[in-house]
Amino acid sequence: MAVTALAVDSPATIAPRGHLDLLVPGARCAACMGKIERSLLALPDVTSARLNLTNRKLSVDFRRATFNSDLVVTTLARLGYPSTIYDPAAAVAAHDAEGRQLILAMAVAAFGSMNAMMFSVPLWAGLFGQELGPATASLMMWFSGAVGAPCAIFAGIPFFRSAWRSLKAGRANMDVPISVGVLLTLAISVSETVLGGRDAYFDAAVTLLFLLLIGRWLDHQLRARARSAAGDLLALQAIVATRLDASHRFVETSIGEIAPGDVLLVRPGDRIPVDCRVEDGVSNIDNSLLTGETLPVTVGPGQICRAGALSLTGVLRVTAVARAEDSALAAIARLVEAGAQSRSKYVRMADKAAAIYVPVVHTAAALTFAGGWALGLEPREALIRAVAVLIITCPCALGLAVPAVQITASARLFRRGILVKSGAALERLAEIDHVIFDKTGVLTAGRPRLVDPIAAAVAMAAPLARASRHPLALALAAEAGDGPVADAVTETHGQGLEGRINGRRARLGRATYLDLKAHAGSETELWFGFDGDTRIRFSFSDRLRPDARATVDALRARGLSVEILSGDVPAAVAAVAEATGIARWRAGVSPQDKVTAIEKETRAGRKVLMVGDGLNDTAALAKAHAAIAPGTALDASQNAADLVFTGDSLSAVIAAIDMARSARLRAQENFGFAALYNAVAAPTAMLGLINPFLAALAMSGSSLVVTLNALRTGARR
Amino acid sequence: MSIVLLLAPFSIALGLMALGAFWWTLKANQYDDPVGDAERILIDDPEDRPTGT
Repeated sequence: MAVTALAVDSPATIAPRGHLDLLVPGARCAACMGKIERSLLALPDVTSARLNLTNRKLSVDFRRATFNSDLVVTTLARLGYPSTIYDPAAAVAAHDAEGRQLILAMAVAAFGSMNAMMFSVPLWAGLFGQELGPATASLMMWFSGAVGAPCAIFAGIPFFRSAWRSLKAGRANMDVPISVGVLLTLAISVSETVLGGRDAYFDAAVTLLFLLLIGRWLDHQLRARARSAAGDLLALQAIVATRLDASHRFVETSIGEIAPGDVLLVRPGDRIPVDCRVEDGVSNIDNSLLTGETLPVTVGPGQICRAGALSLTGVLRVTAVARAEDSALAAIARLVEAGAQSRSKYVRMADKAAAIYVPVVHTAAALTFAGGWALGLEPREALIRAVAVLIITCPCALGLAVPAVQITASARLFRRGILVKSGAALERLAEIDHVIFDKTGVLTAGRPRLVDPIAAAVAMAAPLARASRHPLALALAAEAGDGPVADAVTETHGQGLEGRINGRRARLGRATYLDLKAHAGSETELWFGFDGDTRIRFSFSDRLRPDARATVDALRARGLSVEILSGDVPAAVAAVAEATGIARWRAGVSPQDKVTAIEKETRAGRKVLMVGDGLNDTAALAKAHAAIAPGTALDASQNAADLVFTGDSLSAVIAAIDMARSARLRAQENFGFAALYNAVAAPTAMLGLINPFLAALAMSGSSLVVTLNALRTGARR
Repeated sequence: MSIVLLLAPFSIALGLMALGAFWWTLKANQYDDPVGDAERILIDDPEDRPTGT
C-alpha cells in the first residue's frame, strides 16, 4: 500500500501537463463515481480523474498538452452523464479561501474558549467563597490570559477586518462594537492581570468570538452554496462554440473570441452562441426563453438567429454577425446587471439593528465611565464597569439572531427542492405584496401538448411522429407512448415527414406538405394522412401547470395581488389568465417593458415578486424586489433570481413565501429577545454587579435561546 | 500546588495538538467532498484511496 501510494504521489510519474474541470450534474452515487473515474482512467494519457460528489465537479489530469478534451466529454456522454467544461477562471474563483479562514478562526476560538475556561473555573469558584489564595488566583489569570488573549486576537481577525473596512467607508456595522468590545476587554483584562486586579475576562472574550463565528460561518455557508450555484451557472454560460479555423477544421473556441464573419457550427441541442446568419442547414429554433413564444420557428439559409435561442432539430452552419458582447443576449445581460445593482442597495435586517444598537450601547458605556467617575468611583473601577457593559451587551445574540434563522429556513426549503441564494433574499421575499408571473414555462409547462387526442388517430400517426425530433411530433409521440417506428422516413425540414407504415406511404406535417391548399396552416397544428386517404388534423397548445390555479388562489389568500406579463400573443395569454382566474394581464410585453412595469409598481410603493424563466424575464427578475425562477429556466434567469425551485409544482412559490415570512417572524422575536436581554444586562453591568462568571453564563445563555428559537422556523405546528 | 505548573502547560499542549490535527485535516482538503468521501468507502477498488490533492 505504501509503495503504491508513493508511486501515485511521486511527481516524476504523473507530472500532469494539463488539467480539465467539468461539471457533471447527473452524478449522484458511489456507483456513478466509480464508473466515471474508472472509465476516464482507462483513456490514454489520463493520469487522474476524481469526482467531487458534493459539488458534482470532475477534475481530470492528463499527460499531454494536446489532449483532446472532447474525448472526456464523449466518454461521459456514452456512460449517460452529460457534462459541461468549466471556464478555468470560474473554477479558480470557486476556491473558498474565506470559508477556510472562518473555520480555522472558529477552531482556534473553540480551543481558546475551552482552555481559558479551564483556568477560569477555579477563579469562578473563588467568587463563590471557595478558598483561593491571591497567588493562585493571579497564576490562573496569567494562564487564562496566555491562552485566551492570542486565541481571541487570531479568532477576531475576520471581525477586525470587516470593522475596519466599514469604518473606512464611513459606516458602522455590527463588527465595530464587536471589535471595540473584544479589544477593550482584552486590554482591561491584561492590565488587571498585570496589576493583580480582581477580574479578567479572557474566557468571555474568546467565547464571545466563538459563538459569533458560528453565526458568521452559517451565513457564509448559505452564501457559499448560492455562490457556487451561481458560479456553476456562470461557468456554464461561458460555453464554447464550435468555430471553423484557418485549417478548415471545426474547433471549440471560447465565445468571447468569436468575431463577426466567423463560421460556426451549431448542433441540435446547442444554444446559438452569438447573433448569426444561417448559411447552410435547416433547424427548428426554440425562442421561448428569449421572447416567451411557445412554438418553435423554422429557420433556413439567409435567416438571422438570435443568441440564446436553442436549436432543436438540424445541424446549422452559421456566420457570426455580432460579437458576444454585442449580441441581443448581452443587451439583456446589461439590463440584469443594472437591476442587480439597484437591489444591492437593500439594507439587511441585521444591519438595521446594528444602526440602532451601536450608538445606544457605546453611549451607555461612555456614560457609565463618565457617570461612575463623576459619582466618586475610581477611574479604574469606572473603566472596568464601562467595559463590562460592552462585554455583556456584545451582540452575541444579535450576531446569531438572523443567520441561525435563515440557515434553518433555507435548509428546510432546500429539502423541498428550493434553493435560496442568500439570506437577504428571504428577507426581501417576506416583504412582497404583488406577484408578477411570466406565462410560458411558469404558469404553463412550456411544452406543447396535444389537444383533445383521439386514440385511434394518434395510434395511426404515432409511428411517423416517433421518427422526428420536432417538438410537435415529440408531443404526439409522447401521447401515443412506446410503439413501432415507420420505415424509410425522410424529413423535410420545416415541412414534415414522409415514411412507410405497414407498407403504406404516409405523411405528417404542415397543411401545405399534405397538399391541403384550402387551409392556411398554423404553427400549432400537424396534419397526417396515408397516401390518397383522408387527412387528420392534430392541434397543440401549451399545458397549464396542474397547480397553477391553486397557487394563484393561495397567493390571493395571503393578501397578494397577481398579474401576468407575457411576451406571447394575446389569445394565448388570455386563455391562461382565464384558466387561472387572473384579471390583470398584458401580452406582447418586451423585456424592457417588463422592467418598466416593475419600476412603475415600485414607484407606487409596492414590493414586487417576479416569477419568470425566460431570457426576456431576466432583467425583470433582477429588477424586482424578489425573484423566483423554476429549475427549467435558462441559466441567466436562474442567476438573476433569488430562489430557484425544481420540480413541476408551482406551489413551491407559496412554500417559499410562507417560509420567508416565518423566518422574518423568528428573526424579529430574536431581536426582541436580544433587546430585552440588553435592557436587563446593561443596567446590571453599570451598577458593577457583573462578574466574569455571570458574563459567561449570560452570553452563552442568550445565544442558546436565540438558536433554539431559530430552529422553530418553518416547523409544522 | 506546584503540580499545576506541570499539568496546566501539559493540558494546553494536548489541546494544541488537537488544534494542529484539525489544521492538518483542513489543509489536506478533507472537508472538500463530505458526500463523496462517505460514498467512496463503498467502492470495492483496492487502488482507490483519498489522494488529498
